[in-house]
Amino acid sequence: MTSLYWLPGMEDWRARLHALPSEPERAWAAAVALANTRLDFIRTNALDETLRRCLGAAAPAGLATRPVRLALLGAGTLAHLHAGIRVGGLRRGIHIATHEGDYGQYWQDIADVGSALHDYAPDTVLLSLDGHHLAAGLNAAMTEGDADAALRDVTARIRDCWRMLRAAFGCQIIHQMPLPVHPAVLGNNEHRLAGSRQAFLARLCVELRLMADADGVDLLALDSRAAIDGVKAWHDPGLWHRAKQEVSPAASPMYGELVARLIAARQGRSYKCLVLDLDNTLWGGVVGDDGLDGLVLGQGSALGEAFAGFQDYARELSRRGVILAVCSKNDEANAMEPFERHPEMVLRSADIACFVANWSDKAANIRTIARDLNIGLDALVFVDDNPFERALVRQELPMVAVPEIADDPAGFARTLADAGYFEALRITDDDRARGAQYQGNRQREALKASGTDLPSYLRGLDMRLAWRRFDAIGLQRIVQLINKTNQFNLTTRRYTDQDVLAVMRDDRAFGLQLRLLDRFGDNGIIAVLIGRMDDDCGLLIDTWLMSCRVLGRQVEPASLNLIAEQARQLGASRLIGDYEPTTKNGMVADHYEKLGFTPVRVDSTGASRSTLDLGGFVPAETFIEVREGQFR
Amino acid sequence: MSEAAIYETLTEVFRDVFMREVELRPELTAKDVTGWDSFKQIEIIVALEERYGIKFHTRELDSLHNVADLARVLSGKIPA
Repeated sequence: MTSLYWLPGMEDWRARLHALPSEPERAWAAAVALANTRLDFIRTNALDETLRRCLGAAAPAGLATRPVRLALLGAGTLAHLHAGIRVGGLRRGIHIATHEGDYGQYWQDIADVGSALHDYAPDTVLLSLDGHHLAAGLNAAMTEGDADAALRDVTARIRDCWRMLRAAFGCQIIHQMPLPVHPAVLGNNEHRLAGSRQAFLARLCVELRLMADADGVDLLALDSRAAIDGVKAWHDPGLWHRAKQEVSPAASPMYGELVARLIAARQGRSYKCLVLDLDNTLWGGVVGDDGLDGLVLGQGSALGEAFAGFQDYARELSRRGVILAVCSKNDEANAMEPFERHPEMVLRSADIACFVANWSDKAANIRTIARDLNIGLDALVFVDDNPFERALVRQELPMVAVPEIADDPAGFARTLADAGYFEALRITDDDRARGAQYQGNRQREALKASGTDLPSYLRGLDMRLAWRRFDAIGLQRIVQLINKTNQFNLTTRRYTDQDVLAVMRDDRAFGLQLRLLDRFGDNGIIAVLIGRMDDDCGLLIDTWLMSCRVLGRQVEPASLNLIAEQARQLGASRLIGDYEPTTKNGMVADHYEKLGFTPVRVDSTGASRSTLDLGGFVPAETFIEVREGQFR
Repeated sequence: MSEAAIYETLTEVFRDVFMREVELRPELTAKDVTGWDSFKQIEIIVALEERYGIKFHTRELDSLHNVADLARVLSGKIPA
């Protein structure tokens, strides 16, 4: 697979392309956003062509990055690779101008100081020597001695190219490894056939890696990609015969992406920090509700092992210098507990340079993380299983990379690796020490109010709240939520099926189940409300619980509107809300106060009672469309 | 797939590849369309292959002379 599958799709992509502003700097900014979506080669070409019509070949003024002059040199057809490379740069805000030597003339271009290549004076050269060209002198009847001599010839020629390029231009040299395009003639033990072209390229790749280290050349490891994606994803023999394209046009966006990673890494613009969500990202389950014992993690289940496997990958990244941070909607104590006490945790608190767990929105918290670590927002990669949070962060902080990760944690590490955010060209002692260093330097400032434009985001979410009275269909889920919800739960009263059925029969009480839908889909039943009339025209809110996944989305005021309406129908003149503290529900201690209730009693344990007069109650405006029954 | 549907598909792919409307007629050939060179030809083919998960035979590609040929080969590859 060579698709850029970790990038989000965009529905109105083509319309946005057509609407690209004509003013160069704005066109560039809009094009960067388009480049950060899941482009196939047709869209890549279209974006490249549209932007070039707008900008010409020149870089727009005022870029924060260094513009690049790249020369492509090779023996086969490379013309179809330019757009992917330029768009790969665009994705990172780097302007790449490209030049291509004459077809098959790379050696002459390099050696002849009067060539167009020398006029162009590149600061980066991509040497793309295809496998057919490199193995042209080999045949299966050759002796071992002749094959060895051929290898010496080829490696010497390549080294000469590198050294001449370095001497002439002092440039970054990117050498593309050949794709394994030759079919085997011996089989599994192909390497025992001295003259095998396939075996020759494999040997050459080993040599090139050693030479490249010695000469400071950066490798574009198409051989490794072919091992991951399958050579068929990269190379189509039909197109080789037709047009001498070693790399299929379908793979050109990924090719350009790989080149751009190397260029960005040279400019020090690779991502530096991995920001991780916790619940259902690092472990299965919700720690605040399921408790330490209820988490799915580690030995004992395939799912648990998959989460542990992802943690292990994150720790490997950290060991080579990627900073790890945590951004979670949780009480901090709950969020920290697994890091301190869960025996199957691979990551420990010492691995996390910045740990932010609270109930603020994630965009604000990610700003905090960048500030605490003193790195740019454009150095952060944010991994979260929840599409709502991903979309929020993408909208509020477009410079933060937010990969689309599939639901299954078994694929998380592969996705991060394929996305190549942390491309690095070498490793230093500083890199190895970095995680600890950041943690040592960290200064946890109190969270400040942020400039996040949450209302506009919420408006765009197209939220619909469908409520129903308790019914037989919902019974099982209602009982489950009542017995499982720990955090957003005002009274934590646990009820059985029979208790819930009793509420359904009681005409002086109501039980409501709330379902939230948004543009990402159906969140299911996310809140349960039970109200009971007392003998004094008061409606006592017996139970108010909600899934923390929908916190901060105005479900609370919308729920209050519903409660008030139901209470009025029962003849109530005021609402009575109780808060009964537990070890887990501290987040709702001031719930009623926030909604405009007046505290009437607080006892020494922190339990409180508040009331709201329905006479003066005006329903709050929200961005949620509320309806009884269901939405179609 | 009906002939109309095939032409509709081809029109979309041509629009994507050439970034403008190309009015497709059966007798239309590469020399009638500005920019329809051998590279664009490959882009059209690869775009169709990716879109439908199909593969064109080298002999089929050699037999393409106009839009009618392309429509004929394509209709043999896409289930009705």
